Order: sequence, then structure tokens, then C-alpha cells
Amino acid sequence: MKNWVKILGICLLLYVHTAGLLAEVPRLNILNETIRALYFHVPMWFGMTFLFTMSVYYAILYLRNPSPELDRKVLEYANVGTVFGVLGILTGMLWANYTWGSPWHGDPKQNGAAIALLVYLAYFVLRGSLDNQEQRARLSAVYNIFAFAAMVPLIFVIPRMTSSMHPGSGGNPGFNVYELDYRMRMVFYPAVAGWILIGLWITNVRIRLKNVEEAIIELEDEK
Amino acid sequence: MLLILIRKEFMLELRRKAVISGIGLYMFSLIFICYLTFSLRQNSINEATWSALFWLAILFSVVNSVAKSFIGEKRGIAIYYYTLASPHVVILSKILYNALLCLVLSLTGYGLFALFIDNPVQDTLYFLLTLVLTSLGFSSALTLISGIAAKANNSHILMAVLSFPVVIAILLMAIRLTKNVLDGIDRGASLDELLNLLAINCILTALAYLLFPYIWRS
Repeated sequence: MKNWVKILGICLLLYVHTAGLLAEVPRLNILNETIRALYFHVPMWFGMTFLFTMSVYYAILYLRNPSPELDRKVLEYANVGTVFGVLGILTGMLWANYTWGSPWHGDPKQNGAAIALLVYLAYFVLRGSLDNQEQRARLSAVYNIFAFAAMVPLIFVIPRMTSSMHPGSGGNPGFNVYELDYRMRMVFYPAVAGWILIGLWITNVRIRLKNVEEAIIELEDEK
Repeated sequence: MLLILIRKEFMLELRRKAVISGIGLYMFSLIFICYLTFSLRQNSINEATWSALFWLAILFSVVNSVAKSFIGEKRGIAIYYYTLASPHVVILSKILYNALLCLVLSLTGYGLFALFIDNPVQDTLYFLLTLVLTSLGFSSALTLISGIAAKANNSHILMAVLSFPVVIAILLMAIRLTKNVLDGIDRGASLDELLNLLAINCILTALAYLLFPYIWRS
């Protein structure tokens, strides 16, 4: 991977952290200053969705043309995606504590996010209980694709069918074409791009690390 | 070929009467425990609790009964099928057979619930339609997952862990439909959920059909 990815990612996030904490934001009732969570909470979900989609993409490639390198990619994208998901839930709970009054509010979007994490935790359990490396890679790739498809209606369809207190749905202010004013867009879009780039970079470093570890093990075996 | 395989599943099922009566007894015990713990003859429950209890009982008995479609099989049998039929036919026959099994289980569960607890369903036709659709969805999701879990070490725990996140979408839709049916709301209002359920079923069945050959090969 090119160097510019991490440099651009770091620059964007430096900008997002300064501007996100200091720049002007619209004054809205109840939300007040917590509206700044938009820059840190929402990009986590964009990042998670992006990383999980990459994981499924590599899982499909793996099934078409199996190789241990592809399997490592599937696993690492899922790993980093899960970290993004956990951070997304934690930032969301922090925000909900101040706006809704309790960290867990039984909101459809919260539940959907928790289930998305359950899917990938189950994926790791599945990997842990298969001994044969090739079988582990193949079966977990199948589960990855299947579970991701089952998750799509849960995250993108059902929350839109139910009323929710989450900003951006059910008439609540938030991420919406009319409500999100241009000052926030100037920070929000770079934040999304920056977090995705950082996610890509972390995944890439982890994949390279795993490849090196594998190479070392092979060298030691030859001795 | 498809029909022969489905017939084979029926024959096997009828030959091992202990398994099928075990599943029946499992479901009966579940429902009886629900009945006892809520002491339901004295105090009645509201509709939301009824549908939650009903779907929990169905979910657990269905997961346990579909699990056996691959987990119980002997090692050599898979290789024998492999020489006879293509994987697509095998998975389709299993899905259809399991869908029938789930439907029978759901209907039995409904009967037992009506007997012991109550029958608050106002729109029986739509409720039966919901049961048919969910049976198909459960069966295609669980059959594939049972195929995956059968290859692993602790298959029974894995079966539960892997399947719950996948079937939650179906379950949520089913609970919502049941709520409409119990309240006797106009049928047009539940059309959205029915179509949604149908779409989820199509996705899951198509994926199970496409992905099964990859699990099959090991």
C-alpha cells in the first residue's frame, strides 16, 4: 500500500479533531454540544461497514480461488471492522447517556449494531473451533458471506421501518439533507474519509505483520 | 432426484422414531414450562408476551431439530451422496424437507399454545401464512449453518451461536406480523412485513444454494 494513504488519513484526522472540537456548530435543543459526536461516532459505522464489506469481498475471492493470503485478508478486515464497531457502540453509548439519559436505550439502531457485532463474534468462535487450516478458511468464508447477507436487512431495512429516537430518523434532527448545515459537512465528510483510510492502513499493517510471521515460521520449519 | 432425496429424508425420519418423538417432547416440555412458570390459568398474559413466548418456543425447537440434518449424519454418508447427486440437489432437498418439518413443528406449537395457554389469534389465515414463510426462512438459514457446524468440534454450541444472529431478522419480522395478526389489524397493514419476509427468504435460500457446494467438498 502506498504511503500517501496513512499520511492523508493522519492529516484528515488531525484536521477533524481540531475542527470538530473547536469549530462552530448549530445550536439545537437537547443535542447542544453533543452534536459534535457526529464527527466521531457516525464515521465509525461508515468505517465498520466498509471494512466488513471488504472482508466479504475477499471471502468471495477466496471461495473462487483459495489461498492462505486471501484468508488472512478476510480475517484482518473482520478484526479491524469489529474494533470499529465496538468503538461505534461505545461512542454511541456515551452520547446516549447525555442525550437520552441512559447508555442503552433499546433503540432499533443500537440493537442492529449489537447484532452486527454478534455475527462477527460468532465468526471468530467458528474460526476457533476448526482445526484444519484449509477447512477453517473455507467454512468461515462461507459463514462470512451468509451472515453478512442476513445482516443487511437488519441494519439497513428494519431500522428504517420503525420509529426511532436516533437522530436522522422519525423527524429528529441529525444527519439529514436539510438539517446538516454546510459547516458540519466541511468536517463530517473528511472525518468519514479519514477514518476509512486509517482503518485501511491498520488492516494493511496487520496483514503484512501476519505474512511476515508466517514466513518466519516457514523458515524455522525448514531448519 | 430431488423427490427421491426428499423421500429418503422422510423414510429415515420415520425409521428413527426416537428422534422425532424426542423433538416433539422437547417442544411439549418447553411449552409446558412456559405455562407453569407463568401460572397461566390463573392470570392471563397480554398479546405481546404471548407472541414472545410462542416465537421463543418455536425458535428453540426448530434450531434443535434442524441441527440434526447434518450434525447427526455419519462420516461416510456424505461421501456416498457425493457419488450419487450434485450438491445443489442435496441442499435443496434438505431445505424443502426441513421447511416441512419446521411447519409441522410450528403448527404443533400453535396447537399446544392454544390448548394450554390461550389462542388470541384473530386472523388465522394470515397467521398460518406467516408460519409457512418463517418455516421456509428458518429452514434455509439453519440447514446451511448446520452443514457448517457439523464440520467443527463442538457442533451443538456452535449451531446455536452461529444461527441466532442470522435468524434474528426473520424473527423480528415474524413477531411484528404476529402482533398485527393478534390485534386483528387490517390485512393491508401487514403486507410490507410479509413482502419483507419473502425477500429475506429469497436471499437466504439463494445464498444457501450457491454456497453449499463449498462446504460440501471437505
